[in-house]
This record gives sequence, C-alpha cells and structure tokens, in this order.
Amino acid sequence: MTGSATRPEGFDARMLEFAEGLRAEGVAVGTSAMLDAFAALAEIGWSEPRQFREALAATLVKSPEDRRIFELLFERFFFRAVEAEALRLDVREGDGGGDADRNDGITGGEELDYEALRDAVVQAIREEDESAMRDLARLAIAAFGRRSEGSGVLGVDVQRIRRGLGLRSEPGGGSPSPTSPPPSDQLSRQGIRRFERHLRAELERSQVQRTGSLPPARPLSELDRALPSGPLQDLAAVHRVVAQLKRRLATQGREARGSKRHAHVDVRRTMRASLQTGGVPVELKYRPRRPRRPELYVLCDVSTSVTSASVFFLSVLHALHDSFRKMRSFVFVERISEVTDVFARERSFRAVSEAIGKDAGVADVSGYTDYGRVWREFLEQVEDDLHPRATVIVLGDARTNGRDPSADVFARIVARAGRTFWLNPEPRLYWNYGDSVIASYERYCEAYECWTTSQLEEFVKALTRPDR
Amino acid sequence: MSVEPASVEEVAAGLHSVGYLPAQSTALVAYLAVRLGKPVLVEGPAGVGKTELAKALAKYLERELVRLQCYEGLDEAKALYEWNYRKQLLRIQAEADGTGWSAVQDDIFGHEFLLERPLLHAIASDSPVVLLIDEIDKTDQEFEAMLLELLSDFQITIPELGRVEARTHPVVLLTSNNTRELTEALKRRCLYLWLDYPETQHELAIVRLHVPELSETLSAKLVEVVRLVRELDLKKPPSVAESIDWARALLLLGADDLDETTFRSTLSIIVKHRTDLDTVAERVGVKLSGVL
Repeated sequence: MTGSATRPEGFDARMLEFAEGLRAEGVAVGTSAMLDAFAALAEIGWSEPRQFREALAATLVKSPEDRRIFELLFERFFFRAVEAEALRLDVREGDGGGDADRNDGITGGEELDYEALRDAVVQAIREEDESAMRDLARLAIAAFGRRSEGSGVLGVDVQRIRRGLGLRSEPGGGSPSPTSPPPSDQLSRQGIRRFERHLRAELERSQVQRTGSLPPARPLSELDRALPSGPLQDLAAVHRVVAQLKRRLATQGREARGSKRHAHVDVRRTMRASLQTGGVPVELKYRPRRPRRPELYVLCDVSTSVTSASVFFLSVLHALHDSFRKMRSFVFVERISEVTDVFARERSFRAVSEAIGKDAGVADVSGYTDYGRVWREFLEQVEDDLHPRATVIVLGDARTNGRDPSADVFARIVARAGRTFWLNPEPRLYWNYGDSVIASYERYCEAYECWTTSQLEEFVKALTRPDR
Repeated sequence: MSVEPASVEEVAAGLHSVGYLPAQSTALVAYLAVRLGKPVLVEGPAGVGKTELAKALAKYLERELVRLQCYEGLDEAKALYEWNYRKQLLRIQAEADGTGWSAVQDDIFGHEFLLERPLLHAIASDSPVVLLIDEIDKTDQEFEAMLLELLSDFQITIPELGRVEARTHPVVLLTSNNTRELTEALKRRCLYLWLDYPETQHELAIVRLHVPELSETLSAKLVEVVRLVRELDLKKPPSVAESIDWARALLLLGADDLDETTFRSTLSIIVKHRTDLDTVAERVGVKLSGVL
C-alpha cells in the first residue's frame, strides 16, 4: 500500500475539509464514502493527478450532476490549497499561476514570446498532453489577461484567446485526415476544443476565485426551487425529471397494491398450481390487481399569468401522453382548444410547444383567462364522452381576472367525471387572494399546490392510487 | 486461477487485450473494484459499453460471469434462491412411516433442495466470479433493498438455513440507464462510474479494434459522422455499439467511401426513430456534402 505509509501530515484533515465543501454544495457525502475514498487512495499511485481525482470522484459522488459540482469544487479547493501553500513557502511562478487578477505575471518575469507559446500549445494539442495543455492554458490566460478582463463572459474570453493564439481547425471543420499527418499549422477541431475546455476551466476557476462562490450551475435543484418565477427552464432538465416521473407512474400501482391485503383468489390458477404438489393447493394464486388506468382529460392554462409554469405544465402533459393511451388534452386562455392531435403527431417536446404556441388559437381579444367560458366550451365538446371512469385534471391558477367563475358549470363537469383534480402553480399562501377563485372550485374537486417536481410526485401518487 | 491486477495500467492493458478499450476513469474504477472489493454502479446512456465492461472484466480476470438481468417484478425467487417444492414433496411422500417429524424437516430444508439463482450462485461459487446485475433501474425499490445485504456484506440470509456467506469475493457491477433515481442506500455502497460517449479519437480506436478490416480513412469518417449525429437533438443518439454495427455493415457492402448515397441507404443502422431519421437526413445531409 503506497499511500497510507507516505500520506502527508494533515492530509486527512484536508480531505475532510473537502468533503465539508461538497456537503455545503448539497452533495451527500457520507462517512462511509469518506472511508471508501481513503481506502481507494491507498490503492493508487499519487503521481498522476487524474488518478487521484478519479478515485475521489468514484467514491464520493454518485450522479452526473454531483460530478459537475465535484469538478468545480475540486479545482477550486486544491487550487486554493496549492496557492496558499505556495504563498507560505514563498514560491513564485513566472506565469502568475493562472490567476487572471495578477496581470503582472507577464511583465514581471521574462517577456513571453507569443510565437513560442503558440508553438507549445500546438505541440501539446497534437500530442494530447492534458497536463501540458492545462499549464499552457494558464499561461495563455495570464498573457491575454488584461484584455480578457472586461468581458466577463467565459465563452467570449475563450474565443478571444483562441483567436489571439491563432489556433484554427482545418478548413471545413471536418475530420482529421487520418492517412497523412495533418499539415503543421492545422489542428483537429477536437483537439482545439479540448484546449478550449482547459481555457474555460482555468477562466471559470479564476472567476470562482474572484467572486468567492460557485457559479449557479445546478439545474435540478434550481428547477426544484424556482419553477414559478425563474426564467425559461432548461428543457432537458425538465425532461429528465419527467422521465423519472413517467417511470413512477408505471410502478406506482404495484407499491400501493402491496399495502392492501385484500385480494381475490384465482381458483383456476390455484388448482393448476396444485397439480405440482399432488393436488394439495399449497400455493394460493391471486388475481392480479390491475392499477387503475384512468381515462384522462387534461386542461392546461397557457395564459400569461402562468407563463413561468407553463413549460412545466406542458412537459407534464407531454409525459402523461407517453404514459396514458386514453387521454385528451386541451389548452385554454379565453377559449379552449384540443391539442391531443399535436401530441399524437409530434414526439419531440420542442415541436409540441412550438405547435401549441403557434396554432392553438386560444387567446381571443384580451388574452386574459376566462374560466366561465372555458368550462362551457369544454362541457360542450366532451359532455357526451365524460363518464365515471374518466379523470379530469385542470392545470391553472384559477385567476379569473374578475370574470364570472361559473362554478356551477364546473360542478356539472365534476359530477359527470369520476375524479377531478386541480393543480395550481401558485403557493397555497396566495390562493383566494386577489382575483384567485380557487375556493369556489375546490368545493368540488381536490386541489393541489403544484409547481415543483416533488409536489408533482405527490399528486401522481394520488392519481394512480388503485381505488377511491 | 484468476488474475490479480497490481496497477491501473495493468487493468487498462488487460481490458484492451480482451477487446475492450477503457477510458482512464473506467480502468481506474475497475481496478479499485477488484482491490477494494466494492460493487461498482455504472451509469450512462444506452450502448456505451456498460454491459460489455462486465463481460470484458470477467474475461480479463479469468472469472466466470454471472449475470442477473433485471426487469419489473423480479423477485427473490428468481434472483436469490428458491426451494424445490416438487423435490421436497417427493421426499415427504417417499418417506417411510415412523420417521420423526423433525428428521424430515431437517432433511427437506437442506442444500439438496435449494435451487440456486444467480445471486446465490455468485456468492456460493468456489472460484471468484464477476457478478453483473444489469439494468438495476428496471426493478422496484423493494428489490434494491433486498440487494443491500448482498452488496455490503456479501452474504444472503435464508431463514431455514441461516446465513450463507461468500466463500469468495465476487466483483460486482450494477448497470443503470438512469431511468429512475436509485436509492441513496444502494449508491452509498457502490463506487460510481459514469460512462459517456467516448471522444472521437477513443471511439475511432474502438471501431478500429472491432472492425480492423475497414480502412482507417473510412473509419475516421464514420466516427466523425456519428459525432455530428450525436450533436443533434435526437430521441436516441447512436451508441458505440451502433457505430461498430455501421462499420461492419459498410465492410459487408464493400463501401470504400462514405458518400451521400451510402450514408442515406445505411442511415437506419445508427438512427432508429422516424422523426430522428428526418432530422438527421435534413441536418447532417447538408453538412455531409461539406465534410466528405
């Protein structure tokens, strides 16, 4: 065991600090994970930084999102530790240690030769020497530091430095020509991208240093926290959550079934099974309890008052369409429009939301929601189809803009349908405040506060509960 | 007897020698799994070689591969062990009169009447094995909970027999396509490995390894095109396995260049959704004429 014997003094404490840092960012690092990390570090050589990092990553973080945080934090933490140590020992580097704040790095030491720097970069990219690339990226940032100061946008800075170094991929940006070695001043796009990644990492790192905090880079928890007010959410993130949800929609029935002991014996299957045991019915076979497969009618408010939640709602709609075959969906603002066909036709979420945005034609004059009219039109369209096995779900904030809520029409819908749910994207605190009339509807249906994925899950459980 | 790797480089070389080109992190985690005896949870998109890794590891370590394919509704009887009712019943019926109850009872709950399922087999095996629990995300949470005892202590408790402890230490790999969030308890017991699509050079090496007959120029083009296709927003991006299939198909067709017509006629090998086909034909078709 190479590590345990030669582990430097105070290293364990450092590792615990690092774990604390991870925990502060919301990565669940347990004590057992730390023990694993130490055990892993005892097994690998320490000379290669990548092995060190990968070993830590494999033991401490358990999801791609956490891995991203780990990368950022790892950089910052060990970079800082090294810097602090260097300061203490008064070690000085000519290149300014990649710190964009210390621009005197280039003027202080020997003058940097741009040509030499460029050649070195080209060399490193061609040889795929990661650590050399990283060092050179720091050097380049230090060299171009003064000019990159202003922009503050990482992508812009990266491109500026790349252009400054005169790095170009071959014309057409295509594949590296594999038969002959590429001409001397041309590089594969892949290689340049890799160098750009190092540049970006170094820049991001110095930015992290400057601001002293992690950039907000956690799509999932961001999504969890800030659905109603946040900007347009990352569609991929919504989708990932919804995909998990879909899965739960499919398995929920099973879990609920286990908790209820009431079941019917399937006599035929029991008798057949008893043949194996000489006619003695040793094993009782039960009739499977099928999870309730409701016929769904979903009404989704797409007016401006719920803009921020509507992406969320549409993706819920999208997911539901994947899971339930018998389903009709409607969107509404002032009037109602059936969009079942759109979902049947388009598989990609982007296309769906575009199609709905373009030709649903639900806003009439004012663009304000008119619930009374929506109910009447809905009832007109589906009155004959509604039956006790149908479930109606309304996604909306119940803000009528002062118009007649027509709760009596809504009551008729509820009476005809089996179950009716209301998902309100507003926190319960705001319900019935201002022009919100959710109370007059809540008398007839179950209303849920729903603007995060966890709240949605709660609702899904209610929806797939085997029976009332 | 089985191989005991002494360094990460050895694992990397070993996996390479059995036809699997590991990324650096893959080799490292595989090495740690063998050395620390911890299970590994491998996640990543479909077709990046999660299952292949287990197979290659078994081959390299010269161990038997025990595979448990998970699906919804998988239960203990199919994963762990089952009592052989029929045999037990026969035993009882064949019993001579006057044998005491306890004698029979002791008898019919013995190893002879136990049907070994993959997990028990992996544990009770005389020589160490590689245990692959494939697509763990397809099972229910209850099944995950059942695995915990096995994964942390390498033992299985059979009520009638008591504890069955592992005679040898298996290398355990669990794969998941990330369709469901696995429980923290399970994740905590595992090393974690995220496998993503390989980088172009790496993928080229993989394709060359599997289809060495295809010319290097063509392989490079193929890999580049696959990368272009992956960058599009597809329902199902082409996997590594599909790149290899495509390379094999091109070889079979005797194609010596990847031009517009070849591309279109073989497109269905890497893209498998109607809408995706349209997207690719539309977007990559244009780019292709520039690239190739």
